[in-house]
Amino acid sequence: MHAQADTVLAWRRHPAAARVGVVMVAVALALLPFVLANIGTAWVRITNLAILYVFLALGLNIVVGFAGLLDLGYIAFYAVGAYVYALLASPHFNLHWPFWAILPLGALVACMFGVLLGTPTLKLRGDYLAIVTLGFGEIIRIFLNNLSQPVNITNGPQGITLIDPFRIDGFSFAQSQAIGGFTFSGPIKYYYFLLVVAILVIVLNMRLQNSRIGRAWEAIREDEIAARAMGINTRNMKLLAFAMGASFGGIAGGMFSAMQGFISPESFVLVESVNVLAMVVLGGMGNVWGVILGALLLSFVPEVLRYTVGPVQHAVFGRTLIDPEVIRMLLFGFTLVLMMLFRPAGILPSALRKRELETKRGA
Amino acid sequence: MDIFVQQLVNGLTLGSVYAIVALGYTMVYGIIQLINFAHGEVVMIGAMVAFTVITRLVGANLDLPPLVVVIAGVLVAIPVCMAVGYALERVAYRPLRRAPRLAPLITAIGLSIILQHLAMIIWSRNPLAFPQIVPVVPHTVPGVEGATITNVQIAIIGTSVAMMALLLLLVYRTKLGIAMRATSQNQQIAGLMGIDINRVIALTFVIGAGLAAVAGVMVGTYYGIAQYQMGFLLGLKAFSAAVLGGIGNLGGAMLGGLLLGIIEALGAGYVGDLTNLCQLTDISTTIAERCQSDPNLTLFGSNYQDVFAFFVLIAVLIFRPSGLLGERVSDRA
Repeated sequence: MHAQADTVLAWRRHPAAARVGVVMVAVALALLPFVLANIGTAWVRITNLAILYVFLALGLNIVVGFAGLLDLGYIAFYAVGAYVYALLASPHFNLHWPFWAILPLGALVACMFGVLLGTPTLKLRGDYLAIVTLGFGEIIRIFLNNLSQPVNITNGPQGITLIDPFRIDGFSFAQSQAIGGFTFSGPIKYYYFLLVVAILVIVLNMRLQNSRIGRAWEAIREDEIAARAMGINTRNMKLLAFAMGASFGGIAGGMFSAMQGFISPESFVLVESVNVLAMVVLGGMGNVWGVILGALLLSFVPEVLRYTVGPVQHAVFGRTLIDPEVIRMLLFGFTLVLMMLFRPAGILPSALRKRELETKRGA
Repeated sequence: MDIFVQQLVNGLTLGSVYAIVALGYTMVYGIIQLINFAHGEVVMIGAMVAFTVITRLVGANLDLPPLVVVIAGVLVAIPVCMAVGYALERVAYRPLRRAPRLAPLITAIGLSIILQHLAMIIWSRNPLAFPQIVPVVPHTVPGVEGATITNVQIAIIGTSVAMMALLLLLVYRTKLGIAMRATSQNQQIAGLMGIDINRVIALTFVIGAGLAAVAGVMVGTYYGIAQYQMGFLLGLKAFSAAVLGGIGNLGGAMLGGLLLGIIEALGAGYVGDLTNLCQLTDISTTIAERCQSDPNLTLFGSNYQDVFAFFVLIAVLIFRPSGLLGERVSDRA
């Protein structure tokens, strides 16, 4: 937070330089998909997923980073959002609601699940919360897998197919289109949409962090009893963090549904929750820029490995010894362990978090 | 009645496995107030190692009696798991013993993922079928016609009871047990009394891991299958059992495990009947029509078996966070 304040101060001192910087970043972000499309269309999709992970990581950061509550079933809210979208915009129930109506609804439903889960458990110790959320993630998956009987709601393990893309009147995000001499493919359109939403979310997060609510979360994280003595309603504040994180997950889920066009319970397994947690931990819990960096790193590095590890193994050993997917998982696992052991506050630590994680707890 | 007794027998078998795993959680929690998230993975490794030993021995055609083969599997699995347990403590917990609570939880989750995928690399992505060397012999439960208990079930329940008794002896009748109890009460004072805290804590992990190894072999032989992901759900359920009994309390873990096993078995056995929609034919004609073609139209079937443990966990945490036998009030992190 200190570092951020410093940058902001520096910007105020040099407004012209700041403006040039912002414009350059904006131009780079605007041109990025076309550059990526030249390398391969897959990379645009990978970038889109990376932005989605940024989104998820920022949502989890509210819960873990700001409020200090360990949520290990975060992906369940993502699943809820994804299924709300899929059910209301697919041939499965023959409903085709517009996306701008479903995304907020998905956020609301996910938020309700968050409150439902949070109400009984938030008064408990942090490690109980971790286990209960872990169990909740599993329950949601079991229900998604089995709610095809006696009334077919989720279509079971087969999942839901042919989900509508985002569409405004005739403008569909799924089709290629030529606008002013440029060809905008489906993924590129989604990229711009995601980018705009992501910027909104980042701004929201930064504003949140320095708001009354953000400071209350920080206080609870540092010392709950002291926070309560200061007149903070700790239960409601924790619930708010939980609900807000869940809503973010819900919105991200809806966007995932629309982008992929197909979802099944397989997309929402425990390890996904762990992945998002690893992103938050790697970048720096509680620091918005750190979390973004963590999410981008852990989204792109495994993809780069996917394209390099296989061929390298083939060249050296003549066959694939270790599946890139396994390497990806090991990467997440080692990230969590090594970061906690050697740099617990993350690559870009938030000042407070750093102080907290580096002071030793009294026995 | 016979179905009830049958489910009770199945539940007791399952429950004694949960109890053994729950003991691992509760011992570690009792001594350093941390949840060892990776404990389920130790169970999985136990099952995997035993699988390798048993298939090798069977493949070698030595004509050993089945019991010897299984015991050999257990005897190899125990030291391997103990080594894993020790490594967990050294890598994930000891350096972070004084860090904020979030830190060791996160390393443990990371280690759990690492162990799972290492196991996947070493063994297989696919479920491994245990060779069926022990012939399963069902015996009729005395006095209840139609309910059976197999020799494997008797062996599992018997082994569990024996191990629990040994553990209680260890904790309440030996010097190490006294040291463990002292450490759990106050590490600093225990240290001043000449107890090597690090050694005692490491030994607690090692003993828990040894129990987990046996549990892994029992699950593997009971279901006939081992898989790299099996530890996750099992660990979660065992943890629920430990909380149900009162975490940190040895007797509680045993009671909680057995109860959870019974709840699960009875739940899975009866949830279909209880939510059978065909009892409601007079309410809705659509239900009546569908019941004509499918008399087993149920809202929830036995495929929801895995959900019960979590509902038990959440219910306990809401109504009695200290568990059935626990005295520790749920304090803050």
